[in-house]
Amino acid sequence: MLDLPVQIIRGVLAGLGRFSLMVMEVVRSLATQRLSGRDLVAQMYFIGVKSQTVVLVTGAFTGMVLCAQTYFQFHKVKMDTATLAVVSVSMCGELGPVLTALMVAGRVGASMAAELGTMKVTEQVDALRTLAAHPIDYLVVPRVVATVLAVPLLTAESVAMGILSAYLVGVHLLQIDPGYSVVNMLRFTDHRDVLMGFIKSLIFGGIIATTGCYKGMHCGQGAEGVGHSTTEAVVYASIAILMSNFFLTLLLTRLLALL
Amino acid sequence: MIEVRQLRKRFGDQQVLDGVDLTIEQGESLVIIGRSGGGKSVLLKHLVGLTHPDSGQVLVEGQDIAQLDERELLGVRRKFGMLFQSAALFDSLTVEENIAFVLARERNHTPEEITRRVAEALEMVDLPGTQKKKPAELSGGMRKRVGLARAIIYRPEVIFYDEPTTGLDPVVADSIDKLILRVCNRLRVTSIVVTHDMRSMQTVGRRVAMLHEGRIYATGTPQEMMSSADPVVSRFVRGISDEKEHTF
Ligand SMILES: Nc1ncnc2c1ncn2[C@@H]1O[C@H](COP(=O)(O)OP(=O)(O)OP(=O)(O)O)[C@@H](O)[C@H]1O
Ligand SMILES: [Mg+2]
Repeated sequence: MLDLPVQIIRGVLAGLGRFSLMVMEVVRSLATQRLSGRDLVAQMYFIGVKSQTVVLVTGAFTGMVLCAQTYFQFHKVKMDTATLAVVSVSMCGELGPVLTALMVAGRVGASMAAELGTMKVTEQVDALRTLAAHPIDYLVVPRVVATVLAVPLLTAESVAMGILSAYLVGVHLLQIDPGYSVVNMLRFTDHRDVLMGFIKSLIFGGIIATTGCYKGMHCGQGAEGVGHSTTEAVVYASIAILMSNFFLTLLLTRLLALL
Repeated sequence: MIEVRQLRKRFGDQQVLDGVDLTIEQGESLVIIGRSGGGKSVLLKHLVGLTHPDSGQVLVEGQDIAQLDERELLGVRRKFGMLFQSAALFDSLTVEENIAFVLARERNHTPEEITRRVAEALEMVDLPGTQKKKPAELSGGMRKRVGLARAIIYRPEVIFYDEPTTGLDPVVADSIDKLILRVCNRLRVTSIVVTHDMRSMQTVGRRVAMLHEGRIYATGTPQEMMSSADPVVSRFVRGISDEKEHTF
């Protein structure tokens, strides 16, 4: 009767073990192997440049709705000019990194899992190994490095876009006073908020790429296995992002307060 | 050079390899035959360390490769070339990039040298001028030949061929057999060929090993195999199916 739970727990632990081994291998490869610049640039292009539209649109509409909603509440207590400050603080520290990471997870994490998974089931990964190339060096490391570099940049774009569109909505649609709003925004947005968003986005980039690659490299057999891995890559990465975000907020607030 | 001792492997409840013993000498050309689904491809994957055995040893020049980790195996595998049954070309790369894969990563070859050697290799497998094509644009037999070019271009010491001539027309199949023979004789390469094609077995093989029920059931020269009195072997080489009663 206890068989099933035991099996499930064992499966989860084995998965975590394999995942940690892969991450360790990535670290080892980074320390000892040369990273191919060409592969890195190709991945940066796919992950960074091609994700722009989706990330900018997300940032813009989040900023706009956040501005409108905050204004509706603040207007009641005559605090109109604090609207942009709220938008800016929450975009920098929370919404920017999290929403960007979720969008990138859906786009990039899924495609990594699908691509590597297809290579696995069609024996291309085995072929790579017989050609004396380590799959971690050749496939995983460029993707992880490119994602870790690209996500913070995408986050910055999304935050900037969010604040800009909030400004436009606030000033032109809701008639908030531009001068006071901007001064308040700059006064209440701390360098700690920006730093927090930056650190988070680095970590989220790592989560997206390692989950996507792990799911691809350990995918089941056939088209079904690839489909399954792709879904799981997105679901697991999204959950990991949302959960770690909470703990990162608590932890980073403490740590950054020391600065 | 390669010695397999009591190799066992099971997938689920299916015992695919059940105590394989096999010795492969340097420079020899060995043909492995056996029923479809009998575990020939699985055996090859053990020989290059792609799959871990449940028990048993694969000794390459005295070193048990089943004990090595992936990174240590890379050094051993540089000596090996492998043609996969499914060709396993990288579908995001062109034919040229596929074939030049190892050379391009070694960084001690000039681009001109690589271009020249790729052209030579394509000439050898009778596919000149296909450099810029993607694998998806090739037929099954063409893919197989690109896979072959990719396996031989960097001059490995041992080449494993998993069914090199299935899916090819008789003329090309014969030219591939001759190519395997030429590579084996001229470059003193050790060849291990899995095949169902009795003609190609007689052309390329100096020695034949038959895998049956998870073990090496019989070995001998191609002539010995063709004239064997053993019922399993003779039925296989002549292609006669089990005389079961037909139920419909
Ligand atoms: N990764 C795997 N997982 C589960 N079973 C496997 C796996 N690989 C091979 N098998 C099983 O092992 C058996 C032997 O497969 P293998 O591919 O070695 O056959 P083969 O002798 O090469 O056949 P063929 O001549 O048709 O290529 C098959 O029954 C197959 O079902
Ligand atoms: Mg096979």
